[in-house]
Amino acid sequence: MTAEAGAAAAARAANGMADGMADGMPGGAPVLAVEGLEKRFGGVHAVAGISFAVGAGELLALIGPNGAGKSTTFNMVGGQLRPDGGRVRLAGQDITGLPPRRIWKLGVGRTFQITATFASMTVRENVQMALLSHHGELSGLWRPVAKRHAAEADALLARVGILDQAERGCGVLAYGDLKRVELAVAMAHSPRLLLMDEPTAGMAPRERVALMALTARVARESGIAVLFTEHDMDVVFAHADRILVMSRGRPIAAGDPETVRNHPEVRAVYLGTGKTSGGH
Amino acid sequence: MMELLLVQGLNGLASAASLFLVAAGLSIIFGVTRIVNFAHGSLYMLGAYIAVTLFAVLPRDQLGFWGAVLLSAVAAGLLGALLERLVLRRLYGAPELFQLLATFGVVLIVQDAALLIWGPQDLLGPRAPGLRGAVYVGEARIPLYDLFLFAVGPVVLALLWLLFNRTRWGTLVRAATQDREMVAALGVNQRWLFTTVFFLGSLLAGLGGALQLPRGQPATLHMDLDVITEAFAVVVIGGMGSVPGAFLAALLIGMLQAYGILVFPKITLVLTFLVMAAVLVVRPHGLLGRPQGAARALGAGVEAVIRPAPPALRRLGLAVLALLLVLPPFLGSYAVSVLGEIAVFVLFAASLHLMMGPGGMASFGHAAYFGLGAYGVALLVTNFGVPMLGGLVAAPVVAAIAGAVFGWFCVRLSGVYLAMLTLAFAQIAWSGAFQWVELTGGDNGILGVWPEGFLAGPLPFLYLTLAVSIGVTLLLRRVIYAPFGYALRAGRDSPLRAEAIGIGVRGVQWRAFILAAAAAGVAGGLFAYGKGSVFPTYMQISRSVDGLMMVLLGGVQTVSGPIVGAVVFRGLEEQLLRLTDYWRAVLGAAILLLVLAFPQGIAGAAQAWWQRRGAGTGPAAAGTERGEAERAA
Amino acid sequence: MPEPGGAAAGAAPPVLLAVSGLHAHYGRAHILSDVALEARQGEVLVLLGRNGAGKSTTMKAIMGLVPPSAGQVRLDGADLAGQEPHVIARAGIGYVPEERRIFTDLTVMENLAVGRRPPRACLAPWTPERLFALFPNLGEMRNRPGGRMSGGEQQMLTIARTLMGNPRLLLLDEPSEGLSPLIVEQMANTILQLKREGLTVLLSEQNLHFAGLVSDRATVIEQGRIRWSGTFAALEADAAAQAQYLSV
Repeated sequence: MTAEAGAAAAARAANGMADGMADGMPGGAPVLAVEGLEKRFGGVHAVAGISFAVGAGELLALIGPNGAGKSTTFNMVGGQLRPDGGRVRLAGQDITGLPPRRIWKLGVGRTFQITATFASMTVRENVQMALLSHHGELSGLWRPVAKRHAAEADALLARVGILDQAERGCGVLAYGDLKRVELAVAMAHSPRLLLMDEPTAGMAPRERVALMALTARVARESGIAVLFTEHDMDVVFAHADRILVMSRGRPIAAGDPETVRNHPEVRAVYLGTGKTSGGH
Repeated sequence: MMELLLVQGLNGLASAASLFLVAAGLSIIFGVTRIVNFAHGSLYMLGAYIAVTLFAVLPRDQLGFWGAVLLSAVAAGLLGALLERLVLRRLYGAPELFQLLATFGVVLIVQDAALLIWGPQDLLGPRAPGLRGAVYVGEARIPLYDLFLFAVGPVVLALLWLLFNRTRWGTLVRAATQDREMVAALGVNQRWLFTTVFFLGSLLAGLGGALQLPRGQPATLHMDLDVITEAFAVVVIGGMGSVPGAFLAALLIGMLQAYGILVFPKITLVLTFLVMAAVLVVRPHGLLGRPQGAARALGAGVEAVIRPAPPALRRLGLAVLALLLVLPPFLGSYAVSVLGEIAVFVLFAASLHLMMGPGGMASFGHAAYFGLGAYGVALLVTNFGVPMLGGLVAAPVVAAIAGAVFGWFCVRLSGVYLAMLTLAFAQIAWSGAFQWVELTGGDNGILGVWPEGFLAGPLPFLYLTLAVSIGVTLLLRRVIYAPFGYALRAGRDSPLRAEAIGIGVRGVQWRAFILAAAAAGVAGGLFAYGKGSVFPTYMQISRSVDGLMMVLLGGVQTVSGPIVGAVVFRGLEEQLLRLTDYWRAVLGAAILLLVLAFPQGIAGAAQAWWQRRGAGTGPAAAGTERGEAERAA
Repeated sequence: MPEPGGAAAGAAPPVLLAVSGLHAHYGRAHILSDVALEARQGEVLVLLGRNGAGKSTTMKAIMGLVPPSAGQVRLDGADLAGQEPHVIARAGIGYVPEERRIFTDLTVMENLAVGRRPPRACLAPWTPERLFALFPNLGEMRNRPGGRMSGGEQQMLTIARTLMGNPRLLLLDEPSEGLSPLIVEQMANTILQLKREGLTVLLSEQNLHFAGLVSDRATVIEQGRIRWSGTFAALEADAAAQAQYLSV
């Protein structure tokens, strides 16, 4: 009974948060609006009602302790998991529970916590695959892939700064470069929304800053909404426009970096003293 | 009537005991080593043969009899441990299917060894002393030995449960099932662990073989493959790696066989595989199985970037084509027929490669589509007098329809389960050809499927075979380099990423399945015309394994691999058949040698050699490869 | 802030781990060239470097998981290079991999049981009870399968499991990776606690803040070669080295 009451209260709070955010958006419907999303695994309530919204050109960081439900939330937005409750809207359209490939077609690109690329293909071919799919040419049985959309692929690779690696196999790439390939692939169909699950994990400090600076620039130039999770607080506080903090499947705080940084509960369950993250 | 049902039921339970022992051993070995061990059936057979010998040697009293049973089991266990130490240990780093290939090489060697030692005739064992009698329930006679067998299953199940859950060895084995390397890093000698697992698993197989004899079932030279297909079915139905699952499944299959023979005497062979297909469709990991988390998917080896053939290889290909155009008129009739057969098998292997290589779907039952193509042609020719062109068009259509139906189920699974479901469908098709005598003539096959008109002569028919086989093989190659082939490979490399850029992985896999089936059907159709007849053997498991051999020997990760593999394997087999009676053993040894020498396949090894020779690695390339290797480790 | 750098004061403790001339290859790629490092008894040595610089490979080469193509790995003078992993583990090196790799089907207690090895004379033997005092969370979930634990709990379990082998030297491969700042702080405290117990630790890290909390000395690796070695304090003062090798 109390648990239910608590959940209801959290949902109300979260909805308020979503409304507040949506109000702040210029030009009506946000690119992504999540309302009361829920997911259970067995008896565990992995995500117990979370709501937020992201506008065009905006970077929203989703942070929280391990097991807080960030990746689950991400996978529900991206279609890898089907929610048990709640709604996901993309520019007003309900995309709840659609399979990933439909969600992609509607304009959502994503990168994964552990990079997912096609290891038996070159960097350029990885991007070409996204372009072929975007142009509806995947069923082709005759004309070789090699010459299709190569220039377009190279332009994307140049944009993320790895054109010089275009001919190399993705199986032999350094980790930081793979993250860039993923970004180029995710941007191939000019998405409205980018989902980035720990985009800088495993990268050196300078690379992290460079990648997120690149992402932020592209997002603002092209009006792409970006939702990302991250454990590196330097990256989060430097690049997020707003931050949503989750713990045990629920939102516990939201707002601009300064508000979140000084939030007592966030410090207690997640940030700690900040001495390991250079937070202060 | 009630008595009959009772007797049949108890009969089913008694045969379930042996099947459970074999399947439990297979399951344990698979769980820890991830090896699909075809040789497990050979250890079952050896257990039976060794028991026959020991029964004859040891005194015919209680002690002698049970001593013989136990000694046979231990002997099989030791042979299994030896197999692990001599062969499989060298292959733990190789792609998983290579281990399967090696175990099949062992099957061939053991078959000939048994033939040499025990001769071709079936051998019976004695009745169990003290258990010769029977109890009667009404009119029904229940042998005491069967009652003893009912108890064996649950007792072994309980002992295994205790072993795995209450001993340190068991904890280590369960840990190694998940992550062998980590277990080693914690100070556990995993070689010792693997050898003991093989010992235990093989011991159970040998025990199963020895315990069958006193029921009046003889030791035969074909019991290895008979039991291994059933045991695979049991393990898959129960869930790979789950011993209680194997127990449930063995009971299910035992009962089904026992009652099935009363209800559907015509389709007993299919029943097991129908059940397996049904279970896998509902529960993709078997009754009590769970998804295999970290384990590598079957057939997915080290990914190499597929690049267009280098000019030198193209030139070589053109030279071979020119030779094939000019040479045939100068060949003898034997050479002409062998050349045609090799061409057909090149196409068969290429079609399987499309599924296994770019598709990442290992098929243990690809012969089904080859055979269905052949039977499609034969039935149309003999029943409706369809002309040859019609027959050759119908072959891929028939195979593609079967591929569409079977593939629809198969692409919903992955890894070993997918492979086993393809095997189940192939067995269903094979039993259809074997048992539906009115339509197919059963074992006698269908005769009189000859090429007609100006193509009737051996030479024109060879040119037709070469043109069609090579043409379709080149088409398949083209597909691999086209967007469809890339989409297929994308789904294999990373389904997560593929779906996230709008590729419907299952749909692509299903279409590839159909395409591969159609191409195999073409090969089957040509083969039917070439031989003038069709037989159920076209679809049997050994033909599917031949296909696997060709693809793997050639190299899954190279586009030219299946061509090389088919030529080498078929050529080797052909030569050995002519040279020696013990061709199986020699072929098996050759397979073992090839697998140990070229773990990437012949074409894979050639490619690696070519690259080593060609490209000197600049320091820059070495620098970034370091990054990759660091992650790969 | 705790006081690192005890190694500098008084007579230096003996060298426990001495790696010299270590080379490793993956296929044709030369991953490690002439790697040399030394960890003294009871100190925390951090191996710093970018992703792909060779940190994990160095750890794996020491552990025998990647066979070194040349070089020595001496533990207390005895060369272990080229031995199998289980022999190296039994000699007293404990390895905690970056990916944690706990046995998800096994319970916490069973995970610990897999790691159990006989005690060593020089260190107080680890028991589950002592480990639960160090990681109180684990004590509350003794029979929970590893697969149903959070990332932070799994990281604690993987360290506890390795400690059950009573190692003299602990290899910790990027223990802070993917963990929340709060858990990383707990991890730092745990490492300092282990150091107080007399354990020697070789840590690989990218998080300089974290490394600074626990390390006595640092070795920097880049492109498979050792580029810099010295006390952590000296590295913190050397902005040029940080920028050149660590892209800070």
